[in-house]
Amino acid sequence: MYKGGKIFASLIIFAALFTIPFFYNMGKVNAGPDVALNTAAIQQLPASEQQCVESPEFMRANHMQLLNQWREEAVRNGQTVYVNSQGKEFEISLQDTCLKCHATESASKPAVLNNPVSTTAGVSNPALNESPEFCASCHDYSAVKPQCWSCHFEPKEAAK
Amino acid sequence: MKVLFSFLAVILLILVATMGAFITNLHYVFGIIIPYLAFAMFVGGFIYRVVKWGRSPVPFRIPTTIGQQKSLPWIKQNKIENPTSALGVIVRMAMEVLFFRSLFRNTKTELREGQNGPELSYGSAKWLWLGSLFFHWSFLIIIIRHLRFFLEPIPFAVQILESVDGMLQIGLPAIYLTDVFILVAVTYLFLRRIIVPQVKYISLPADFFPLFMLMSIAISGILMRYFYKVDLVAVKQLAIGLATFQPVLPTGIGPMFFIHIFLVSILFAYFPMSKLMHMGGIFMSPTRNMISNNRMVRHINPWNPEVEVHTYAQYEDEFREKMKKAGIPVEKE
Repeated sequence: MYKGGKIFASLIIFAALFTIPFFYNMGKVNAGPDVALNTAAIQQLPASEQQCVESPEFMRANHMQLLNQWREEAVRNGQTVYVNSQGKEFEISLQDTCLKCHATESASKPAVLNNPVSTTAGVSNPALNESPEFCASCHDYSAVKPQCWSCHFEPKEAAK
Repeated sequence: MKVLFSFLAVILLILVATMGAFITNLHYVFGIIIPYLAFAMFVGGFIYRVVKWGRSPVPFRIPTTIGQQKSLPWIKQNKIENPTSALGVIVRMAMEVLFFRSLFRNTKTELREGQNGPELSYGSAKWLWLGSLFFHWSFLIIIIRHLRFFLEPIPFAVQILESVDGMLQIGLPAIYLTDVFILVAVTYLFLRRIIVPQVKYISLPADFFPLFMLMSIAISGILMRYFYKVDLVAVKQLAIGLATFQPVLPTGIGPMFFIHIFLVSILFAYFPMSKLMHMGGIFMSPTRNMISNNRMVRHINPWNPEVEVHTYAQYEDEFREKMKKAGIPVEKE
């Protein structure tokens, strides 16, 4: 083969590039995020309120659009009541409605935003989600950074 | 007709994919077996094609240059377009691979009505270059972006690329710039082939088929992201399962995923036997990847047979005595 050395070296680089996932994940356990849909905070609620705003299937696929719609209603239209597909009314509020159940691992302060960037020592990755654990578990797993926390942040003074 | 043939082939593939997506028993085949086969065919076929090309001899330097050759010291050499060093060649190849230097020089030739009859005119034609550049770069970014499904934890670079791609933050899920670019560029590349008569004439089904495949892959991906949503966490578990050779098939992924992955698998399996192999071929362009030292260095044809030579010195050694007797002058006494 003419210039065989260079060609083989290039082919090895080619094969290496396309097999990155095999080597990167070698020996790792294929564990998806552990999303707790039955936390202590949820169990404390009366049975009638344990159901989320919409069905889990709907929420899984469309929560981002629902949140967008809520923002539109609350911030721009001044509308603070959401009527779901079953006709049940909910207050439009990220912190008081969503995070009441889906806040963090700690049931003691459910409505306080937990900032993992500040709590997890040594992590300073700006692409990391500054979300409560419930959001972050899936969002970090699939590298989706929600924009929620650019407005809903805990003031620095309050953290002290 | 050629367009229709390719179009129908892609429609047929989409129908097969749809069937696979809606019959749950086939999910193992469509989600795990076919992707593995396609990957093996892609990498194996690619290496086979490149090795096959590599075995063909390259006898001479055949650079096509567009710059001043190395000459007298007071004539400035164009060190990139007419390189005499390995570094120059690397830069020239990088310009070719990353920015399509040759295509940038594309010109169009027209016969125009002039004052004294028809006139031949040449003009610069950059649209094809621009369309290709947008298409290829979008495709590359999309592929790198997809690494978020195959790597856990996701490398920082992939996350940054993704946030740059979605930086306009239009809608939710945020629209990716590359999604828009690739659709526009592929549509342009397709329209060019059916509208420009000369290009239409030389276009074959093998030119239209990849375009339709790419279009359907992009469209199925966009539908999957914005309209017929799939369970991303389940998709990633499947992908990581593939990458760790411990395939799992989570339930409830959603049919659009199987259509998308089937079309991608077909494209990758088809890749090594198609014109798409220009991905590897561009690195083997003999007019681009050789140092332009045709006359500075002696290049010997690699398949030259051994020629038996009888030099004059040997001839004289053989016949010296006879030559002297016949009075013929000799160089060496």
